[in-house]
Amino acid sequence: MLYRETGDFKVSYRDDQQTFPIIQDRWLFWGMLAVAFLVIPFIIDDYWEKSIVLPFLVFSLAAIGLNILTGYCGLLSLGTGGFMAVGAYASYKLMTAFPELNIVIVILLSGGVTAAVGMFFGLPSLRIKGFYLAVATLAAQFFLVWLFNKVPWFYNYSATGQITAPERSIFGFAVTGPEATPAATYLFCLAFVTVLALVAKNLIRGRIGRSWMSIRDMDIAAEIIGVPPMRTKLSAFAVSSFYIGIAGALYFTVWFGAAEPTEAFGINQSFLVLFMVIIGGLGSMLGSFLGAAFMVLLPIVLKNIMVGGFDVLPVLAKHVEITLVGSLIIFFLIVEPHGLARLWSIAKEKMRLWPFPH
Amino acid sequence: MKMKVFVAALAATVALGAVPALADLTMPSLSYRTGPYAPNGIPFADGYADYWTLLNERDGGIEGVKVKNIECETAYNTQQGVECYESTKGEGSLAYQPLSTGITYQLIPKATADGIPIHSMGYGRTSAANGTVFPNVFNFPGTYWDAASIIIKYAMEQEGGSLKGKKVALVYHNSAYGKEPIRTLEKLAEKHGYSLMLLPVDHPGQEQKATWLQVRREKPDYVIMWGWGVMNQVAIKEAASIRYPMDHFIGGWWSGAETDVLPAGDVADGYKSINFHSVGNDFPIYSDLQKYVYDAGKAAGDGSNAGTVLYNRGMAAAMWAAEAARTAMKIHGTKDLTPPMMRDGYEALNVDEARLNELGLPGFTVPVKVTCANHGGPGLGLIQQWDAKAKSWKIVSDFIGADREVVDELIVEDSMAYAKENNITPRECK
Amino acid sequence: MSYLIETILSGLLAGVMYSLVALGFVLIFKASQIFNFAQGVLCLFAALTLASLMLGNTPFSELLHTLGLPNDWMPVVPIWIAVPITILVMIGLAFVIERFVLRYLVNQEPIILFMATIGLAYVLEGMGDLMWGSDVKPLSVGLPEGALDWMFDRFDIYVDKLEIAAAVVATVLVIALSLFSQYTRIGRALRAVADDHQAALSVGISLRTIWIIVWSIAGFVALVAGTMWGAKSGVQFSLSLIALKALPVLILGGFTSIPGAILGGLIIGVGEKLAELYAGPYIGGAIENWFAYVLALAFLLVRPQGLFGERIIERV
Repeated sequence: MLYRETGDFKVSYRDDQQTFPIIQDRWLFWGMLAVAFLVIPFIIDDYWEKSIVLPFLVFSLAAIGLNILTGYCGLLSLGTGGFMAVGAYASYKLMTAFPELNIVIVILLSGGVTAAVGMFFGLPSLRIKGFYLAVATLAAQFFLVWLFNKVPWFYNYSATGQITAPERSIFGFAVTGPEATPAATYLFCLAFVTVLALVAKNLIRGRIGRSWMSIRDMDIAAEIIGVPPMRTKLSAFAVSSFYIGIAGALYFTVWFGAAEPTEAFGINQSFLVLFMVIIGGLGSMLGSFLGAAFMVLLPIVLKNIMVGGFDVLPVLAKHVEITLVGSLIIFFLIVEPHGLARLWSIAKEKMRLWPFPH
Repeated sequence: MKMKVFVAALAATVALGAVPALADLTMPSLSYRTGPYAPNGIPFADGYADYWTLLNERDGGIEGVKVKNIECETAYNTQQGVECYESTKGEGSLAYQPLSTGITYQLIPKATADGIPIHSMGYGRTSAANGTVFPNVFNFPGTYWDAASIIIKYAMEQEGGSLKGKKVALVYHNSAYGKEPIRTLEKLAEKHGYSLMLLPVDHPGQEQKATWLQVRREKPDYVIMWGWGVMNQVAIKEAASIRYPMDHFIGGWWSGAETDVLPAGDVADGYKSINFHSVGNDFPIYSDLQKYVYDAGKAAGDGSNAGTVLYNRGMAAAMWAAEAARTAMKIHGTKDLTPPMMRDGYEALNVDEARLNELGLPGFTVPVKVTCANHGGPGLGLIQQWDAKAKSWKIVSDFIGADREVVDELIVEDSMAYAKENNITPRECK
Repeated sequence: MSYLIETILSGLLAGVMYSLVALGFVLIFKASQIFNFAQGVLCLFAALTLASLMLGNTPFSELLHTLGLPNDWMPVVPIWIAVPITILVMIGLAFVIERFVLRYLVNQEPIILFMATIGLAYVLEGMGDLMWGSDVKPLSVGLPEGALDWMFDRFDIYVDKLEIAAAVVATVLVIALSLFSQYTRIGRALRAVADDHQAALSVGISLRTIWIIVWSIAGFVALVAGTMWGAKSGVQFSLSLIALKALPVLILGGFTSIPGAILGGLIIGVGEKLAELYAGPYIGGAIENWFAYVLALAFLLVRPQGLFGERIIERV
């Protein structure tokens, strides 16, 4: 009854083309932003910051990046971990080489570096498709991780190859390093995610997003009607890697503060982000967020319920947790192969018709 | 979508469980009983937990205060390790044993800011041995650099005092952990005139053909291994297959447990590794463990690990933590400990041979005396050798000391670099 | 010179070990167009079941212990009973997978099916741990071990006996599989399904039965691969990660070709060993992991469908 467009008349093209055409969606969006920016910073603590909120924000960004490539342009990539590593190491090198540089610029530049690297590793996509391409991006994954592990220049010749983020601050608030308060790191990441998500949303609605989707739906047909495949595919790789690079930079500088390439950016990371995109919904911005929330929260909730609630042995809980996560993934794929975002839009559809479904 | 997150998060936090009674001493255990390194993580976690159970059952805790051991599963994964740290620190955890080099690096700045001590026993960041730069981190009784130096010293003894012109190969896990000994071995190579050959093995290390073919080509006189997980078992088997003399193959102290040699079977016979504590269950404490823990059905895990290398190591970790808590109680004259008090306890820790005897662990490990400047302990180690017939480790050397001159210089150099990078002013030690 | 021969021999034999894992992928992809990421975990699960049976471990012993039930009632099972039991378990698993997963995902996009198999990998990993515990289990099924003596003594060439055994087993397996698919009724049905699902359905071949059969065969291949790898390192979680070693083999050989899987394995094996031993010392070691992928990528740039893959025909 409440949730419908009836009576919400659009009288200009501008109105008709806004990001959220339904008025309730707009309210919900601004309401959530208000809560996210004005309420949560005052109640957040260390545990929520490090275990729930930052992982969610960082992985949302990575999922948006991968969704642009896989969901919108149809190019399957398993190199996400490697590209996150590029972002992290670029930010580390920039932070240590230019200590005066503002952290925001550092992170944006890291994204830029990753975009360049991503374009390079995107070149095979011009010739290879489908799963063959996925395994080709694995070459990038393994090579990049090996490189950062091997070449001492990347980790400033430290004894073990671990990199540690020095402290940087904005407006006098530390956002990296151990002294950073949960509210500061949270707002810092939230600002990046909000701005970049809006940019992505609009990119996708524009010319470039449409050309990506045309390549996804059928690349030969797209080429025939005049979409240049090379420019389109490489731009998808560039934009996607930019997002993933920024996610990697935030992952290292703000969330963890220290990293070693083999573990933090391993193949598991690539799979995790791909999961988020698919569970959330391929080709959906909302899906990227839902997928990230699902994959970040599910293990923690399961663990807390089992260990905290029922006092199960941690090891037993872990085994059950892995099994349950796997089962739930299969379950959701069976229930709705198009992801959580699709479930949400079905729910929306129902709400629009409610209470008169016929 | 954020709403959803927070509703779920709320549920999660509510489910976090009851707050412990104030007087309990909370000792978190970041264990890993799943994932690729579980075979090594299980015995350690068992030993750690069983020692606390023993103290609670036999003595009613430490000086009458019960110990609460909360286990949190990390799967040897940094992300989960941080989650464990954040979720357990709210329960009044007194000290952390991160049990992974990656997690240790992650926690050093965090725990320092939170004022909680870390005991990374024989792993983690080696230069944390410098207590002036790392007041909150302890890595006694020895560091990787000590271990590397001790192995070289032992090899020199075997060769009659000199390694000049010899070839030494390091087969290492290609990660922060595995790279630790490289710098020390390079420095020692300059000093003693041997040549060093580096052979990295990528995680997980199922396939090491290429590595061992290189060993075959170069024929090094000694092979040192810094391996972990499945890499150890495969390496030992491959070494035997190429007929490398096993008694010239020496592992670091995380490459010398029963789980590493048993799958290789008879061919592992003669393989050596360094250790900083004794092996087997021939200690008075085991009769107490039998009586109060195993027979009472309170053993962690299935009880099959008692007396193994990593089980004993877990016990050693718990023993030092318990002694540190006792010391802290003495210093501060209270039984209600806080993490900073625990830190003071670790810093004033003195477990000598007499104390080990009292604890029912005569000769179990090296005597440890921590000081304000030296958090790395004595840096002693012994060499053990695997006897495949008896399926047990035999100790074949006395405790050997590290080359302090070389190691200390490296520690100062590395810790000062860290201090500079992170704007830490080293504190004064009286 | 003998060193070069030795390197190539080792590479070939290591390649056979990769092929053993890759075979399972190919079988399932051919019959159902599913890129089965769970193949690695299947290897682990099979080997784990076999090793635990032979050690006399009780399934779910931790769980039973927590619930206060007796947990040491399993006898030590001799190998000639343990192997059939394991095969039965793998067939049962194929039933369960078809019943609860595949049946509902017919006609989905390949990427969704791929994801489902990753979910499956999680489930099997958790179940394996729950059933048998996560400690390392020695597996000795009487396979020969160590260097081949006469080669070692006469020519100073090191060849691992275990890997020769693996090569023999792989050969037998491939011959058996091709005889099976050429000359049996079920084999012909399998090939029909691989050729064209729709046509196969219309002549009365039950897709579900075929899937169960294919997954059972893949489970059997997983058992063989898992045993070979498990004999090397003991059975433990890391065994599931050998799937990553099989991926470059797979892209090189093509997803749909059994000879491709074998030849791809040999090329990757030799290529990565030569690279590691002759280029490794100059650019830093441990390059074989990514080199395998780069090698496969180089082949793909020339033939985007893999060496023996079916030609990709695109129509508007």
